[in-house]
Amino acid sequence: MQSFGYRRPGTIDEALALLQEHGDAARVLAGGTDLVIELRNRWRRPKIVIDLKRIEELRPPIREVEGRLVFTALAVMSEIVADERVQLHFPALAEAADVVGSIQIRNRATLAGNICNGSPAADTAPPLLVYGAEVVIAAKNGTRRVAVDDFIIGPGKVDLQPTELVTSIEIPISATPIAAAYTRMTRRRGTDLASITLCCGVDATGTTRLAYGSVGPRALLVIDNSGVLADPAASDEAKAPVLASMFSAASPSPKSMRAGPEYRVAMLPVLGARALRTAIERQTRVP
Amino acid sequence: MNEMMQVEMTVNGRVRSFDVAVNHTLLEVLRDDIGLTGTKECCVVGECGACTVLIDGVPMNSCLMLAVEADGADVLTVEGLATDGHLDRLQQAFLEQGAAQCGFCIPGQLMSAHALLQRNPHPTIDDINEALAGNLCRCAGYQQISAAIMSSAEGAGR
Repeated sequence: MQSFGYRRPGTIDEALALLQEHGDAARVLAGGTDLVIELRNRWRRPKIVIDLKRIEELRPPIREVEGRLVFTALAVMSEIVADERVQLHFPALAEAADVVGSIQIRNRATLAGNICNGSPAADTAPPLLVYGAEVVIAAKNGTRRVAVDDFIIGPGKVDLQPTELVTSIEIPISATPIAAAYTRMTRRRGTDLASITLCCGVDATGTTRLAYGSVGPRALLVIDNSGVLADPAASDEAKAPVLASMFSAASPSPKSMRAGPEYRVAMLPVLGARALRTAIERQTRVP
Repeated sequence: MNEMMQVEMTVNGRVRSFDVAVNHTLLEVLRDDIGLTGTKECCVVGECGACTVLIDGVPMNSCLMLAVEADGADVLTVEGLATDGHLDRLQQAFLEQGAAQCGFCIPGQLMSAHALLQRNPHPTIDDINEALAGNLCRCAGYQQISAAIMSSAEGAGR
């Protein structure tokens, strides 16, 4: 593999100092399931790789802080799947984390990496959008918080400067819980990238939040306040046009090898209706 | 010139302290520096599982991990399954069920199966399919591999 330097800071401050010094000549390493491939293929040519795994402040990787569930930059998919707080409050996130790659990948790949990598097919993006998650970004001159919806920009692009470090992703444990479900479409069962990723959530006020990805340059969040979708008594016929309108921004690429654009567009309302039904069922037993 | 770093890791029960190049993967170090060639290099993108080893008891793709990341870790490779020249129960079951055809994927299959049986001694067929979804067999010997894991688990007694 190409040569590069390796640093393993013990604190967030040390990591930030390294980023300050090296800027875009540095790459941050958390799980490495994307980065090591990029390094081997020379898609990235960093001078140094900054490994976050010795930063004690980032452990434990999942913690509850002041009404929020905090996933530090070191939280890996299998920990998220197994965490009882995630299963209780954010089951759609557990469902999404559980279908990322294989077990070997899930033992290594981080939630923060999944979002920072900026893949339009990132499985965890739709549930994070539905649950209203925020990205916490540290820099030498302070910390800023950005909604995941604003953080994701486009393929491989997120709102992050070379001198900044994503330290955690946080989800508010809301007083008005969102009951949500995640689903995806793949070519085959087992390890595969998604042709559609989709999460639907409803809350007690009748708001429906729908997020979907892999059908355009980035995962999108759309919100329905009409109450029709979340209404358990409303007919499928009444819901269909509302649901269809929520997918109007989908623009799947004709160049993707995973599924044709017509197929993806046709399957969106099918997956949407399924996830909506599961979300409504779950609403009867939200914590 | 590659930057070097001293690491200490336990490989198959033996503590080793040695220098590794920071840009070498754990897979490269296991095979080329330590000479443990049971772990295989295949897709090098984390899709095939031929390079699977256990890090602190957890299966990971050694091709997607820098060797320096394993500093301080307990690493188990396929060479660590047998004791005193005797195959362990799982390896014996693979042999009896004819689970190895060309054999190239088998070290990875064994490590994923070993990790599964450690945390779930009596898996269902669905558990096996999920645990081994990250291990491809181009001979398509999945039936025999699953059967071997099942028979090894049954041999463990309920």
